[in-house]
Amino acid sequence: MTARDYDDVPGTYVLDSRQYRRGYALNMFLMSLNKPECREEFARDEKKYLSKYKVTNEQADAVLNREYLKMLQLGANVYYTFKLVSHDKQPPQVMYGKMSSPQLSFDEFQEMMLSGGRPIDGNRSKTEIK
Amino acid sequence: MMARIIAGMGTSHVPGVGAAMDNGKTYEEYWQPLFEGFAPLRKWHKANVPDVNIIVYNDHATYYSLDSYSTFTVGVSEEFQPADEGWGPRQVPMVKGHPELAWHLVEQLMGEEFDMAVAGSLDVDHGLTVPLSIAYDQPDEWPTAVVPVCVNVIQHPLPSAARCYKLGQAIGRAVASFPEDITVGIWGTGGLSHQLGGERAGVINAEFDTRFLDNLIANPEANAQLSHTDFIREAGCEGVEMIMWNVMRGALNDNVHEVYRFYHIPVSATAYGAIILENS
Repeated sequence: MTARDYDDVPGTYVLDSRQYRRGYALNMFLMSLNKPECREEFARDEKKYLSKYKVTNEQADAVLNREYLKMLQLGANVYYTFKLVSHDKQPPQVMYGKMSSPQLSFDEFQEMMLSGGRPIDGNRSKTEIK
Repeated sequence: MMARIIAGMGTSHVPGVGAAMDNGKTYEEYWQPLFEGFAPLRKWHKANVPDVNIIVYNDHATYYSLDSYSTFTVGVSEEFQPADEGWGPRQVPMVKGHPELAWHLVEQLMGEEFDMAVAGSLDVDHGLTVPLSIAYDQPDEWPTAVVPVCVNVIQHPLPSAARCYKLGQAIGRAVASFPEDITVGIWGTGGLSHQLGGERAGVINAEFDTRFLDNLIANPEANAQLSHTDFIREAGCEGVEMIMWNVMRGALNDNVHEVYRFYHIPVSATAYGAIILENS
């Protein structure tokens, strides 16, 4: 598939046609959590609810294990992923920290942001990452 | 008398700001500096309430999803319900529309070859309601009518920064030809630098943000020249929301002056920015 000039940006998952096709069912499952009745059904039996969507086993496992970074790698978009985090009544910083490389706890992520955020220098291009 | 634009505002629309207000946390140490920065902005808004605000915002997998996506959408209904985004709707007032101005925008913009989608039943998410909360605090009802203009900044391909600027210019012309003596505000929302997903989550670029804000006043063409990759690389994947500020700027006169600017890191994983611009 066509390469994009942002493919060089490290640790970044753009919702483009490649991500769209990879993650269609996964994102539509996440989207369903906008509805309270779907959130309830998911809470009752997560595995059973997931089986209603055409997600792959790998995608289903990533959801069940709350492996957020894996979810992005398998096609999820972060705005859709939010709905799972808030369903779990977790602050988003928990997800941001878990996706970070290296992984950060809620407090560590919060600390990084309070000190000005992750520096852009060294994070613009994959060639800058050791 | 025709309608006229009294000012433009840019503001981030981080959901956490709404949650802090809705849950009474604004006096906590974390939130205090932000809400202190809102005080002069709110004072200005209290003294300058237009009849209608055109709010340029984006939907976050709420109304739009992979099922169907429009690049530019105008909300034309009498009212817009705060949406359930996965954690129940915000307990904020119903947003009142302005169907006459909304339809006028649609017709004029189509005439200028902007193929607008029309939404007749649009639930609005934090992208639109958080800016209202930032400007107007917690009133029983919002003091202005709203015309929502929703821009796709999530699902690529996105409209270019230049296209957004031109859309703003066309909105400016459309307002000027609306045959009613009303005042109009134009708001660009979202940004500034932030990345929410991936190993690079939390990336912030204050230098980029400051340059963008400076250019917004004196050199808006420079902001219109930025590519999506410029935003993604320099301001984070979600920093591309800043193209919506170009719509706001495009609707103003060539010469504007800054009334207020506020910049604060962090709000959640975002660099918060606000600016108020008046036509000179």
